Amino acid sequence: MKKTGNTYCFQDPPRVLSYASVVGKKEGEGPLSRDFDYISDDNTFGEQTWEKAESRMMSMALERALSKAHLPLSQLGCILGGDLLNQCIGTTFALRPTNVPFLGLYGACSTMAEGLLVASCLVESGFEQTACAITSSHFCSAERQYRYPLEYGGQRPQTAQWTATASGAVVLQKGGMGVRITHATPGRIADPGVTSQANMGAAMALSAYETIRRFFQDTHTGPSHYDLIVTGDLGKVGHQIVIDLFQRDGIDMRPTYDDCGLLLYDGSQDVHAGGSGCGCSAAVLCSYILKAMEQGIFRKVLFCGTGALLSPTSCNQGQSIPGICHLVCLEADEKWNM
Amino acid sequence: MDITNQEYKKLYQKASPPSPLLKDASLAFVTGGTICTLAQAIRNFLLSQGLDEKTAGASLSIILVFLGVLLTDLAIYPKIAKFAGAGTIVPITGFANSIAAPALEYKTEGLVLGTCVKMFTIAGPVLACGLTASVIYGLLYYIFA
Repeated sequence: MKKTGNTYCFQDPPRVLSYASVVGKKEGEGPLSRDFDYISDDNTFGEQTWEKAESRMMSMALERALSKAHLPLSQLGCILGGDLLNQCIGTTFALRPTNVPFLGLYGACSTMAEGLLVASCLVESGFEQTACAITSSHFCSAERQYRYPLEYGGQRPQTAQWTATASGAVVLQKGGMGVRITHATPGRIADPGVTSQANMGAAMALSAYETIRRFFQDTHTGPSHYDLIVTGDLGKVGHQIVIDLFQRDGIDMRPTYDDCGLLLYDGSQDVHAGGSGCGCSAAVLCSYILKAMEQGIFRKVLFCGTGALLSPTSCNQGQSIPGICHLVCLEADEKWNM
Repeated sequence: MDITNQEYKKLYQKASPPSPLLKDASLAFVTGGTICTLAQAIRNFLLSQGLDEKTAGASLSIILVFLGVLLTDLAIYPKIAKFAGAGTIVPITGFANSIAAPALEYKTEGLVLGTCVKMFTIAGPVLACGLTASVIYGLLYYIFA
């Protein structure tokens, strides 16, 4: 492992051993429906509370990822995960019965990228042979924590985003086959002074621009070197801002740049500016992106998880919304393209 | 290229689509007006049944609050409110919705710490301001009338 500027370059890149995504009904009706491992028609996932439903969804994602890898839970080295709920209870209660070493992360909706970054360091250094990055978000548990009760009759502005009911798990291993994680850039907190909770895309877009720009500088590359550059959940507004910010630098991001919040739903699903939540980028990565990489459709992908580091308390106290973006560079082997 | 917060604000305001004001206001007018017309019809009916003005008014409020809570419980109220906006928030049915919704939502945290504590999270400010205003009005009325 070596560090160039802000970017970690993995000399012996960790490989994606397996991955799985579990989503709710609305996500299952979206354009990626065929790529998910499991779609639940019932957003309660058979549980009594939304928080338990989220934990159930996450444990299903973990079970599926491990079963696809034929890896028993007892042989999994470490789990890195987090979610949006206070004290990360979605994750801790999902992993409570696992008895696997666990490191809790909070990166808001950037958690999957953060988890992959830390897991890659653990696996490449040889401390762990396998590590799992996992995260989830549930529309109903997030709504009641951040906004209003579900039955409250309110209107959402056009810039608001829809928290995805989704979970994704990625198991990394040392050596072997599979998509490699070659680089990772940890994000820095950027706060451009956005105060509207209904415009998270605007709050996070600056951090995405800064992390991607730093990565391009560190690796002497540009958008044309990648088949896909994808941010986590900037939605329509943040996606446009990133394009505009790079335009100022004379860089055209449009040919390869997309956003998981725009990929997860289609225009008719009434999600306003697009999807959001930890599960949004995690489920898109663990379905469409990694599948397309295995099929040779994409060879080099920049996965840039974006998070809005707010809480209802900070917003009520008049603080602006800081954003963060962690970047992970994924590469598929050449031979898969044949 | 670094960017100041002012420049960034211009950039994100340009990228943020505005709410469709004319459409929102029209829908609010139509639905709010419909609720009020319906309420007037109920009031006329109550009066025709021999209730005096004061009792008819109080009975009407009770009926509308009941309908608001019932439609909230059946998850119909938020579906109407999505299109109606202020049209369903301003009438007393909206007030009923704002108390019934958290009461339902937080029942998983228990009757006392969930339902009873959280049911005023949205309507609390309305109650506090309304009660304060009525006390001030009462005092002024007592002094000057």
